[in-house]
Amino acid sequence: MAIEILMPALSPTMEEGTLAKWLIKKGDTVSSGDIIAEIETDKATMEFEAVDEGVIGSILVPEGSAGVSVNTAIALLLEDGESANDVAVPAPVSAPAPTVAAAPVQHNDVENEPQWRAPQPDWPEGTQMKQQTVREALRDAMSEEMRSDETVFLMGEEVGEYQGAYKISQGMLDEFGSKRIIDTPITEHGFAGIAVGASFGGLKPIVEFMTFNFAMQAIDHIINSAAKTLYMSGGQMGAPMVFRGPNGAAARVGAQHSQDYAAWYAHIPGLKVVIPYTAADAKGLMKSAIRDPNPVIFLENEILYGRTFDVPVLDDFTVPIGKARIAREGSDVTIVSFGIGMSYAMEAAAKLSESGVSAEVIDLRSLRPMDTQTVIESVKKTNRCVTVEEGFPVGAIGNHISAVLMQEAFDYLDAPVINCTGKDVPMPYAANLEKLALTTTDEVIEAVQKVTYS
Amino acid sequence: MAARKMTTKPNVSADELLQHYKDMLLIRRFEEKAGQLYGMGLIGGFCHLYIGQEAVVVGLEAAAEEGDKRITSYRDHGHMLACGMDPNGVMAELTGRIDGYSKGKGGSMHMFSKEKHFYGGHGIVAAQVPLGAGLAFADKYQDNGRVTFTYFGDGAANQGQVYETFNMAAIWDLPCIFVIENNQYAMGTSQDRSTSTPDLHTRGEAFGIPGEIVDGMDVMAVKEAGERAVKHCRSGKGPYILEIKTYRYRGHSMSDPAKYRTREEVQKMRDERDPIEQVRDVLLTGKHASEDDLKAIDKEIKKVVNASAEFAKESALPDVSELWTDIYAEAEA
Repeated sequence: MAIEILMPALSPTMEEGTLAKWLIKKGDTVSSGDIIAEIETDKATMEFEAVDEGVIGSILVPEGSAGVSVNTAIALLLEDGESANDVAVPAPVSAPAPTVAAAPVQHNDVENEPQWRAPQPDWPEGTQMKQQTVREALRDAMSEEMRSDETVFLMGEEVGEYQGAYKISQGMLDEFGSKRIIDTPITEHGFAGIAVGASFGGLKPIVEFMTFNFAMQAIDHIINSAAKTLYMSGGQMGAPMVFRGPNGAAARVGAQHSQDYAAWYAHIPGLKVVIPYTAADAKGLMKSAIRDPNPVIFLENEILYGRTFDVPVLDDFTVPIGKARIAREGSDVTIVSFGIGMSYAMEAAAKLSESGVSAEVIDLRSLRPMDTQTVIESVKKTNRCVTVEEGFPVGAIGNHISAVLMQEAFDYLDAPVINCTGKDVPMPYAANLEKLALTTTDEVIEAVQKVTYS
Repeated sequence: MAARKMTTKPNVSADELLQHYKDMLLIRRFEEKAGQLYGMGLIGGFCHLYIGQEAVVVGLEAAAEEGDKRITSYRDHGHMLACGMDPNGVMAELTGRIDGYSKGKGGSMHMFSKEKHFYGGHGIVAAQVPLGAGLAFADKYQDNGRVTFTYFGDGAANQGQVYETFNMAAIWDLPCIFVIENNQYAMGTSQDRSTSTPDLHTRGEAFGIPGEIVDGMDVMAVKEAGERAVKHCRSGKGPYILEIKTYRYRGHSMSDPAKYRTREEVQKMRDERDPIEQVRDVLLTGKHASEDDLKAIDKEIKKVVNASAEFAKESALPDVSELWTDIYAEAEA
């Protein structure tokens, strides 16, 4: 049977084109790869090659024809033993495009979600506690996981012999050796990519960025290579790994070293994002992050490293990713924060209680997945909400929470949600300006007073 | 140089040569069919064909052993067929159907097969280079004796992360073969306009990585170079660079009219250096196969390719529920 040569689509968007020139005529023999025509698209003139072999039986669309629809038969190719007289000239028809069913609407559908449960305590009542810094808690979490899983390793700048730029990995080289505590050159893009590749190859890397500011050099691998591969491979392979390091402003280090990336990473499907405040959460979330079969962004804070908190003394203490913590119960307003923002939130709540305002403080702990249900339930009770974070105000986590509350708790809100954020400026160096650029406890108190009309 | 003269004197069995011929022809016919389906609107987006470069992957796969890994860029159809992935699954992914290797969610540029140790299929130029070194890192960590073929082009060779990777691969002696498929054009920019020195195989010298230049239109030359590289890596000596000189006949992608080079240049390569025709000539002149034998092979391959196209057309679109799957892996209980 004669083969129809169809008007080809020659770009992702082409629907029709001009058949500028035929380079063959009836009776010519063509073979695969021969250029048979020139076709003009809106962008360029393209050469069109034959795919099949045979003799040109007839030219159906003369050269110079404009507006020829893609998939119109433009010529007939005769196979062995056929002659032009054997074949009827078909009417040009466009091949039907495969039908595309409507995409389902994004489900925020609560029906398929398990019933919401109020945040549970992270450890049983009566558990013995010890005082630990966030720094020690992180080291203990990594070490415990490395003892129980040979495939876990830590790589980054100065994690080994230097004992960690911020001393998070202190002592780990001695315990685990240089095979598993790996000093890298200063080359974030490269070693992040190598770590993602190692995760494809069956290992569970922990990548330490000296700070998340430097991870911008590596963000292509974090997003394009780590976060998207599970989806792009139809579930065949993903990147079980942790990217961790200090995030956000430190002190007096200027614009390039002081940025909160919480909202950046929380934007990306395929990543999980956690940002602990307390040492207990740092430990429990780190252990969960290492065990998680997905890439987890673990945002720490330099200022919090030295702070001491109670940590439960348990053999295997973990905190689930995706569950908020009610850090303080209250009835008049909900203050939602995470990471170092919690110190402002807690301080504000303490001061507000002195003036008779009872604030409930929610520590999100995880930004992706985010426990919005705990926030919604709290706002249903308090009818007011203030969010607190150090990041920039545009596209902030607080913006997202505001949107969720409008959709899910609009009728419960007695005041607009206020987002306390860092100011919309690069971080200045001067001490007085730096202080102004960050959010403060006073700003949180002021916001609470606004939403409570007090 | 006489037309279609192979640069090496192959000391191989006729069976082996015949197999290479079939493997290369499968890629060529598959790509021609993919180009046709693209023209019919059945394949969308970007589609980068491998026509002309077939000897590279076929030669190197002949040097690989079971369990060795490979990773490449978005011009990946040839690599997948050469490592034994099913043409039906590849073509169905190109048409965005449920029976594709990524259930239709990856497309031409993003395909994977854990079973065949094919780690993609990456759309960001040179991103696969550290990823490939990372696979080699995992192999070394697990001390399993495997090597990884990390393919990239002459365009990618100018990306900074390649040199970050060379440095670490050399420090850590990673069993990684960096295969630079130099087809001489980074999209539309010829190598002499984009690259300060012509030789890419020497780019590892600063890191102490040995490299060699290989005639990529000669499948046996590629295989032999691949064997040297594999031996080097498997013996624990660290990475190795192969700069394989090759040529793509088609545009960078389907929508590239390729006006940056002359039609004569392309035709000359086709006429004088075609990797498939070279092997065909050896088979015929050495009387290892007759015209009829080769015609039968061609017919058989066309059948496979046509069947893959039919399969890819008939396979269903992914169910709409697939939009929401494979975003996160579930923890094992």
